Amino acid sequence: MATIEAPAGKKPPPTTNRAVDTRQQGRLARLLLTPTMLVLLIVIGYPILAGTYQSLFSQSQGVDESGFVVQGDQFVGLDNYAAIFSGDSGARFWNAFYNTTYFTVVTVTLEVILGVAMALIMNRAFRSKGLIRASILIPWAIPTVVSALLWRWIFDANGIANDLLGTQVLWSTDGAQAQWAVIIADVWKTSPFIGLLVLAGLQVIPSEVYEAARVDGASALRQFWSITLPLVKPALLVAVLFRILDGLRMFDLPYVLVGQGKPSVETVSILAFLENSNVRFGAAAAYAVILFLYIVVVAYAFVRLLGADVIGDAKQKTPRPAGRRRLRTVAKGDMP
Amino acid sequence: MTVTIGAPQQGGEQDAAAVPEGRRRFQPVQGWGHYAAYVGITALIIYCLAPFYWMLVTSLRRPTDTFDTNIVPNPISFQNFVDVFDPKNNFAIALANSVIVAGITTVLVLVIGTFAAYALARLEFRGKNLALGVIIATSMFPGIAMVIPLFKLFTDIGWINTYQALILPAMSFALPLAVWNLTAFFRQMPAELEQAAMIDGCTQGQAFRLVILPLAAPGVFTTAIIVFVAAWNEYIIALTMTNRADIRTASVAVTFFTGTTGRDIPTGSIMAAGIILTVPLVIMVLIFQRRIVAGLTAGGVKS
Repeated sequence: MATIEAPAGKKPPPTTNRAVDTRQQGRLARLLLTPTMLVLLIVIGYPILAGTYQSLFSQSQGVDESGFVVQGDQFVGLDNYAAIFSGDSGARFWNAFYNTTYFTVVTVTLEVILGVAMALIMNRAFRSKGLIRASILIPWAIPTVVSALLWRWIFDANGIANDLLGTQVLWSTDGAQAQWAVIIADVWKTSPFIGLLVLAGLQVIPSEVYEAARVDGASALRQFWSITLPLVKPALLVAVLFRILDGLRMFDLPYVLVGQGKPSVETVSILAFLENSNVRFGAAAAYAVILFLYIVVVAYAFVRLLGADVIGDAKQKTPRPAGRRRLRTVAKGDMP
Repeated sequence: MTVTIGAPQQGGEQDAAAVPEGRRRFQPVQGWGHYAAYVGITALIIYCLAPFYWMLVTSLRRPTDTFDTNIVPNPISFQNFVDVFDPKNNFAIALANSVIVAGITTVLVLVIGTFAAYALARLEFRGKNLALGVIIATSMFPGIAMVIPLFKLFTDIGWINTYQALILPAMSFALPLAVWNLTAFFRQMPAELEQAAMIDGCTQGQAFRLVILPLAAPGVFTTAIIVFVAAWNEYIIALTMTNRADIRTASVAVTFFTGTTGRDIPTGSIMAAGIILTVPLVIMVLIFQRRIVAGLTAGGVKS
């Protein structure tokens, strides 16, 4: 075959065909991916560039009687950013930044604990699986806005929460209790989702592993720490990453449950939204850029530090590792 | 089994039937585990359903009974459901808008996403991990950072209060979601299917169209549900891109309900609207629960 003359290191015979094949596949892949990439370019790529550009401009405060903006963008450089980090708006920004972080940390922590507990419970269930699955999907299916309105009603001054607790807390007004109202509502809606992901991870663990641990006399707690948690970790890490990023962009829940202009629940997203409504597009874009950068940093740190395998099983399909290919070349006697 | 017989007592329920006579005295331990599991399951179901039940109960009370705290509505009244459709709420139009926006978004995203997912799951090409990385990264993009520049753009080109101003931005989160789910489904299908089709003379494109796509229909359908739920629940885009009541989607309209007097919050109508908004999704969940769970967990777990 012609491959005998082929330079060393080239793939074994069938690959000549496969190389052509790969080139064809590459062309087909580009064709198939183009529409997706085009859409993402418009709805993600454009906003990143336009938002950054917009954040360097300031609007003269004019609005005409029909509510439309009067032209008048002025280039102000980094003034919008400087304003965010100083004075009154600085205090407001840091408060929103703190709230965003606080909500994310507290909700994700609670959701992971509850989610893992739910998964363990579901894993023990041998009957009424359908009922459990259906009920756990309901919080997920309820629109966030509806859930916010529902919890606003539950936390109403004359609502069921105060009635059951025998308290007279003004939950949805402001302050720490408003923060807890938001946290409880968020945890209710999303911990079942984490529970489902962890459950799927649990079901992949072969029961022999637990049997072996039992033979060795491991307690239930020990089994959980040494077997369940490490084996569920990859699935859990991805879920946690997505929950963190969801938490950092939180908007609907505090905005609808408590309302705008409440410092205790104002997140960076809400701040940016309000600036946008006040036609201060430059400042709004600057807030959005800062939030975007914050999310990028957190996501990068998370993937780097904890090694969350976000791309996941994609790697199964990538070309075989170089090591193995070299080994086969050696076996074929291609070594110089 | 020989292993478990000699093992220290920690057994799961599945062994219960096979437990030999001599170990029956350990049964109370198993019983406790059993009861704990039942208590846990009951708590879990109550936790998930109680708030939803409260919404249902409130919506079924008479508007004058809204603040009643009985756990069953007495008497049952459908007045709130009638009030929701009062013309001043514009709720019927909003529901239609939601169906249009979420429906078109889902269809568009599925068509585009199926192509991309097939390439990512089945074809070998350079930059595949980069493409996957880009798609996953875009799903992390904060909605507000997309909405603000697009709002300005849409204002300039006169797209505010149009369907396309709601559909196009919604694709930013729906498309990565669809591609991700579909990729997982395509990966699960054996490669021999296409190889057989191609031996029979199909091109790769034909193999995809005639063999893979029909077989992937359940996966596509599941993805459609998940994407539709996400699009149906969307809020910040619909809130920003509209300022007229007749183009609002239902999730926005429900926050604009007003009572008979200025500051009065029509809780009964809002709860009824919440039920109307949720029930189609709940029905889908009940019918397709197994598939949805498989779809939701497909991206996260490697099996």
